[in-house]
Amino acid sequence: MSSADVESPFKRVAADFAESRLALVGLATLILILIVAVGAPWVSPQNPYNLATLDIMDSKLPPGGHSLDGMTFWLGSDDQGRDMLSAIFYGLRVSLGVGILATVIALAIGLAVGLVAAWSGGWVEVVIMRLVDLQLSFPSILIALVLLASLGQGVDKIVIALITVQWAYYARTVRGVALVERNKEYIEAATCLALSTPRILFHHLLPNVMPPLIVIATVQVAHAIALEATLSFLGLGMPITSPSLGLLIANGFTHLMSGKYWISLYPGLALLITIVSINLVGDQLRDVLNPRLQK
Amino acid sequence: MTALLELRHITKNFSRPLDLAAKIARLAGADVREIVVHALDDVSLTIAEGEVIGLAGESGCGKSTLGRIAAGILTPTVGARLWRGTEINLLPMEQRRNAALKIQMVFQDAFASLNPRMRVAEIIGEAPHVHGIDIGGDLDTYVDQLMRKVGLDPSFRRRFPHQFSGGQRARIGIARALAVKPELLVCDEAVAALDVSIQAQVLNLFMQLRADFNLTYLFISHDLGVVEHLSDRVVIMYLGRIVETAPTLELFRHANHPYTQALLAEVPTLEKRGHDFTPVTGEIPSPIDRPPGCHFNPRCPHTMERCRIEKPAFREIAPGHWSACHLNDAH
Amino acid sequence: MTVLVVENLKTSFFTKAGVVKAVDNVSFSVGAGKVLGLVGESGSGKTVTAFSIMGLVDPPGRIVGGRVLLEGHNLLDCDDEAMRRLRGDRIAMIFQDPMMTLNPVLRIDTQMKETLRAHRAVSREKAHDLSRNALGRVGISSPDERLKAYPHQLSGGMRQRVAIAIALLNNPRVIIADEPTTALDVTIQAQIIFEVQKLARETGTAMVWITHDLSVIAGLADNVCVMYAGRIVESGPTADLLDHPMHPYTAGLIASIPSRNPRGKPLAQIPGMTPSLLRLKPGCAFRDRCARADAACGVAPDITHPTTARTLRCFHPITATAETQ
Repeated sequence: MSSADVESPFKRVAADFAESRLALVGLATLILILIVAVGAPWVSPQNPYNLATLDIMDSKLPPGGHSLDGMTFWLGSDDQGRDMLSAIFYGLRVSLGVGILATVIALAIGLAVGLVAAWSGGWVEVVIMRLVDLQLSFPSILIALVLLASLGQGVDKIVIALITVQWAYYARTVRGVALVERNKEYIEAATCLALSTPRILFHHLLPNVMPPLIVIATVQVAHAIALEATLSFLGLGMPITSPSLGLLIANGFTHLMSGKYWISLYPGLALLITIVSINLVGDQLRDVLNPRLQK
Repeated sequence: MTALLELRHITKNFSRPLDLAAKIARLAGADVREIVVHALDDVSLTIAEGEVIGLAGESGCGKSTLGRIAAGILTPTVGARLWRGTEINLLPMEQRRNAALKIQMVFQDAFASLNPRMRVAEIIGEAPHVHGIDIGGDLDTYVDQLMRKVGLDPSFRRRFPHQFSGGQRARIGIARALAVKPELLVCDEAVAALDVSIQAQVLNLFMQLRADFNLTYLFISHDLGVVEHLSDRVVIMYLGRIVETAPTLELFRHANHPYTQALLAEVPTLEKRGHDFTPVTGEIPSPIDRPPGCHFNPRCPHTMERCRIEKPAFREIAPGHWSACHLNDAH
Repeated sequence: MTVLVVENLKTSFFTKAGVVKAVDNVSFSVGAGKVLGLVGESGSGKTVTAFSIMGLVDPPGRIVGGRVLLEGHNLLDCDDEAMRRLRGDRIAMIFQDPMMTLNPVLRIDTQMKETLRAHRAVSREKAHDLSRNALGRVGISSPDERLKAYPHQLSGGMRQRVAIAIALLNNPRVIIADEPTTALDVTIQAQIIFEVQKLARETGTAMVWITHDLSVIAGLADNVCVMYAGRIVESGPTADLLDHPMHPYTAGLIASIPSRNPRGKPLAQIPGMTPSLLRLKPGCAFRDRCARADAACGVAPDITHPTTARTLRCFHPITATAETQ
C-alpha cells in the first residue's frame, strides 16, 4: 500500500524498520553501546590507563569485589588491578572507532572504484573487477596478517589492514547495483537532459546505489570489529597502550584456567553483544531496503 | 517546412563482446560467436518542424532504439544526426549541448524514468537550473508554472514520485522535458502503461502542449488507434527497417506494404466483432538472426523467390507515400 | 448450459491502513463454450475476482462472502486440498506473464506431463501424446521440438501458447485468463485470440477473459462485465453493451477511444482518476467523475435489469432517447 501521508523515503524506511521488535532492541542496544563508547571518559568509574589510579593490590578481584579505596569492581579487575567495566568501555571505544573508521574509508574507496567500473566498462572494468576477484579469493585474516607483519603495529596500520580487506566487497556490490541502476530510464532521462557525467554519477546514480550498501556497511562494521579483535588477540593488532576488546580478551586468556574467568569473559560478552546488535540492525535494514520485499 | 531533425542512414547494432571463458572456448575450437542484435538497419527519417510523426511497429522492430537515437541517448553504430541541417556531433561543445536540449524524451514507464530519491520540484527544475536556461524569474515560480501547465497541483512540489498516481507521474515526466524548452519531443509509448480513462487525458495534454509551445513530436506507439489520431505522418517499422511511410489518412486508407496491411487488419477495435479474419501466421523473427531479403518474407502471404534474396528498395509509390515491397516493381 | 456461477462474491484486504473491499458483491455466470469478458482498469478488482475464484487469495486478503459454483458445486466450501485437486484439472488459469505458470528450470514436456499425471493416472507414452496434441491445438507448428525446449528458449508469444496448452491439458470446464495477450504484439495477440476462441467453441470450455482493453473484448467475448472500484457497474451481451452503453463510466471509456473521436481533435475524456479503494466514500464510486451524478448517487445503486440480458448499477443511465438528444 502506498501511503500518501508519509513524506520522504527516509521516513518510510524508519516506519518499516520499527515493525520488528527484535531490530528495535538491537538498535537500542547499539545506541547504548555507542553512547558508552563515545562517553567512556565520563561514564567509566575509573580511567583504566591512568597508572596512578591503579593499584596492583586490587588485581584479579572477582566481580563485585571492592578495591582498597572502597571502589566496587562490578565486573572484577584484571591482573594490573584495572576495573574491567572501565576497561571494556574504553575497549569498545577503540574497537568501534577502528571498525567504523575503516568501514567508512573502505566504503568510500569501494564506492568510487565500483561506480567507475560500472560506468566506464571496457578494460577499466575488467582490470578493476579482476583485482576485486583476486582480493576476495584470499581469506581476509590472511591478508590482514601479512599486511600487519610487514607494516608493523599501530592504530593506523590496523585501519589500513581493515580497509584493504574490505574495499573489494563494496566495489563488487556497487558495480552490481550500479549496472542495474544505470540502465533504468531515469538515468536515460538525465542523459537526455545533457547533465554532466559527474552529476549523473553522484547526484542521480549514487543515492540509488546507497541502500544496499548501507546494509553491507552495517554488517561489515561488525566484521571489522571481529577481525580487529582477532588480530589483537593474536598480538598483531592494537598496541598495548590503547587496548581494544580483543586485547582485553587475550590478556585474560592466561588466567582462564585458573578460574579468573571474568577477565576474558566480560570483554568477550561485550564484543558478542556489539556484533549481534549490529547484525540485528543490519538484517532489518536489508529487509526494509530490499525492493523485492517492499510492499 | 524545414527539416528539424534528420536521421541519415542509421544502423545500430548491440553486441555483447565475448568474455574470457568464451574466448578460450573458441580457441579450443568451440562454436561460440559474438551475439549481435541488429536493432536498426540503414534507417533514414526526416522530421519537419511542427510535424507529428507516428512511429509504429511490433516488438523488436527498433522503434524504441530509433527514438533513443533521435533523443541522443544512444549513439548510432553508423549514420548521422542533423539538427536544422548541421550534424550535431560536429558542433562545438556549447552548441551541441543546446541542440541536445532541443530534443527531449518522454518515457513509457513514467515511474522508472523519475529518480525515486528526488522531489518533484528538483526533478523538473534541475536541468534548467544546471544549464542556466532563461526562465524569466526564479526557479520555484518556473517549476510551479510548468506543473500547472501539465495539470499538476504545484502544492505537490515537495513530494516524491512514489506518492503520485500513474497519470500524474506521466505528467511529471512531461513537465521535466518541457523545462528545458525543447522543440522536439520524442514520446516512447508515453501512454501505453496508463489506464484507458487516463490515456485520453494525457493524449489531450500532448495535443494542447503542441499548440501552446509549437512542438514537433516523434510519437512512438504500438497502438495504431493512438497513432492515427495524433499523427500527420505515420512510419511503420518491421525488424529494424522502415517498411512504409505515408501521410496518416493515406496510410490508413491505402496501406501498401503487406505487413502494414496485416497490422491494420489485426488491430482489435470496437467495431470488429465476431471472428471473421485469419491472422497472419508465424512469429516475429529475432533481430539476432534475421531472414535474408525482405524481413517480412517468412510471414508474407505474397512471398516470391525474389523476396528471399533481395532487400526491397524503399520507393515513393504516391506523393509522400513510400514503401519497401517488391510487389511495387511488378506494375 | 451454465458452467461457472459467481454469486455476490466479496473479497476484502485487511491492511494496516484499513479494509480494502477489492471485490464487492460481484455476480456473473458463464456458459459452456462461451467467453465472458471482464473489463476494468487497474484497481478495479478484476484480478482479485479471478484469484478469488481460483482460491488463490493470500492474507491479508480474505473472501468474506458469496458463492462460486462450478457446475453447481460451491468452490468456497472446498478445503485447500480439494481446491488443489481442482486447479489445473477442472478449472485452470492463464496469467499475463506465462512464467507464472512455467518453471524456468524444467523442460516443457516435463512440466506438461507433471500437470497431467498430477490429476490422473496416465502412462508416460499417453502423457507425451496428450502434451503433443495440446501444443498442436494452440497452433504450435513443431510440437516435438518445443516439447524438448526450456521456457527461456521460446519467444514471449510461444511461452504464452505453451501456458495456454498446459491450461487446456486436462480439458478444464473453466479457464480464467488474466490479461493473457496484453504483453504480446498485435499480430501474435490476434493469433492467440483466434485459436482460443476456436478452442472454447470446440471443447465447450467456459472462459473468463480479463482485460483492460475493450477492443479485445469486442472481437472475442459473448458477454461483458465492466468493473469499477470493485463492483460490476454494467454487464450484458457484447455487441449490445458496446453499442448502447448505459453506465456513464462505460460510455466514457468507449467515447475516449481515439478512433471514436474526430482525428486530431481533443478526445472525450473522463475527468479525475480512479479512487483509492482505501478511502472509498459510500455511494456510487464513480460519482466524482460523473457528469450525471446528483444527490441520489450518495447511496450505492443496486443492480437493476434494464433489459433481460443486461444488468446495471446506476440511477441515471444513458438511455437510447437521452443519447439522441
